[in-house]
Amino acid sequence: MNAPNLFQYCLHLADNVLILSQRNSEWCGHGPVLEQDIAITNISLDLLGQARNMYQYAAALYNKLSEEEKSAVEFLVPRPWKIFGRELTEDDLAFLRDERQYLNLLLVELPKGDWALTILRQFFFSAFQIIFYQQLQQREDAQLSAIAEKSLKEVAYHLRWSSEWVVRMGDGTDESNRRIRNALDELWSFTGEMFLPSTYELQVADEGFGVNVALLKETWLQKVSEVFAEARLKVPQQDETSGKSWVQSGGKEGSHTEYLGYILTDMQYLQRTFPDSVW
Amino acid sequence: MIAMNLPEQEKGFQHKIDAEVRIEPKDWMPEKYRHTLIRQISQHAHSEIVGMLPEGNWISRAPTLKRKQILLAKVQDEAGHGLYLYSAAETLGISRDEMIEQLHSGKAKYSSIFNYPTLTWADMGAIGWLVDGAAIMNQVPLCRTSYGPYSRAMIRICKEESFHQRQGFDILYTLCQGSPEQKAMAQDAINRWWWPSLMMFGPHDSESLHSEQSMQWKIKRFSNDELRQRFVDMIAEQAKVLDLTLPDPDLEWNEERMHYDFGKINWEEFWNVISGNGPCNKQRLDARRKAWEEGAWVREAAAAHAKKQHPNPPKAESLEAA
Repeated sequence: MNAPNLFQYCLHLADNVLILSQRNSEWCGHGPVLEQDIAITNISLDLLGQARNMYQYAAALYNKLSEEEKSAVEFLVPRPWKIFGRELTEDDLAFLRDERQYLNLLLVELPKGDWALTILRQFFFSAFQIIFYQQLQQREDAQLSAIAEKSLKEVAYHLRWSSEWVVRMGDGTDESNRRIRNALDELWSFTGEMFLPSTYELQVADEGFGVNVALLKETWLQKVSEVFAEARLKVPQQDETSGKSWVQSGGKEGSHTEYLGYILTDMQYLQRTFPDSVW
Repeated sequence: MIAMNLPEQEKGFQHKIDAEVRIEPKDWMPEKYRHTLIRQISQHAHSEIVGMLPEGNWISRAPTLKRKQILLAKVQDEAGHGLYLYSAAETLGISRDEMIEQLHSGKAKYSSIFNYPTLTWADMGAIGWLVDGAAIMNQVPLCRTSYGPYSRAMIRICKEESFHQRQGFDILYTLCQGSPEQKAMAQDAINRWWWPSLMMFGPHDSESLHSEQSMQWKIKRFSNDELRQRFVDMIAEQAKVLDLTLPDPDLEWNEERMHYDFGKINWEEFWNVISGNGPCNKQRLDARRKAWEEGAWVREAAAAHAKKQHPNPPKAESLEAA
């Protein structure tokens, strides 16, 4: 097993769910109706729990690496931590890495927008996560498999809840239909990155520990088409001449939108102001 | 003397109260009892909902993943409390929408404490320890309040609130064990939240508008001043464990009374904050109104979709066909 790759892979998975949790939590106290305020916060909490599992595992992996292996992932290690003289923790990974060291999908860092955008993004991501975790559960890494198994129960609910809302908005009023179509326009080109494997994902998949995300696209599209049919929405067609549509990507390798820097500035400020403190 | 002048129904009602029989939604009750409860329960529900905002202010900036998780769950609990309480008030014949309208128009009040700003992370500790602590003092007796749905809602709420208070204490305890800067942050938060939390018990008994009747109806069981004294006695002891100073030079154990004496509350500030002059009154209400207005299309979409799912009942359809 290539442990440095696995470390990077875990960071990517953890960053996805932490950043989406952070975005969804912006609704807490500001939801359109009390019951849904509670529901979106629940999802935010579930994603945060998944992130913690992944970061804790990533930290444990890193702490066990040989010096040579550590130097292979030097570029991912939080700079401020290097002078602390102690083992790496989940919080160092979340609160002290810079924008270029974050490996999440661009999709999850986009602003929360209106309820339509938040819901549609959650739906796209949950529809991806459910197939992803089903596969990961069967891979060879016991810890990742266990995290996947635990998370699947949560994701099944997220998918059901977000699907129902996509249908409500697509089928509801003219305004809700217009808003969800706007959200679709905004989000669609960001969905492709989920299925564009990075080098480290491919390597981890080849070794039997990870999932080849390129192979998940068809199943995902099928789920999206089912829900869209019920929601009276059209799945955007691929470009007729090239046969491909443009995909926004780069997040998995640390090239982000301008939004991520602000998320991190906000989220990380206490840990950076009071380095290595106990909270 | 008074009882003899009451009509029969009211007499029977008071008998039930005196015998500690819970009043249920379908039971007869004096209109004033109903209105007092609607006012009190909806005010309590609004406090939970507006109370989400000052703590919500730190969700994105919580210092660790664990603290973020706890804070998010806590603020979510408050939404849940609001939900139980709105439901309890609805059993008295008012809709949630009406209550929300009253909050937004300023007709209904919420706890004034939430009109103070949360400036540092230590404020999350101070709110848990002091504000939730004061709320528990008020709320535990409400578990035995005379109106059934309210008392049952309060039993659930109190269980969660005591957890909230402990987490607040834990935040402060951790800060006090940390660096001098962290401890100073905790002390500063206590300095700002101590007096407003004493005000949470409401005006002195002699000035309290609704107290006497509410005691007779056993909606309230202890007076504002009694509860405030209990709170001071509890917090003064816990502050020793934290090694923090409560900002009151007159705070002192009184061996004769077997209670802590404490200084004068600034009632001018209290009445000003209630009447809209607190540092965050406008910000809090604006945030609630904005969430409600921006959510209007979402609620309409859900209603429109639900209507399509359950089309007109057969009778109406056949009428249309005819």
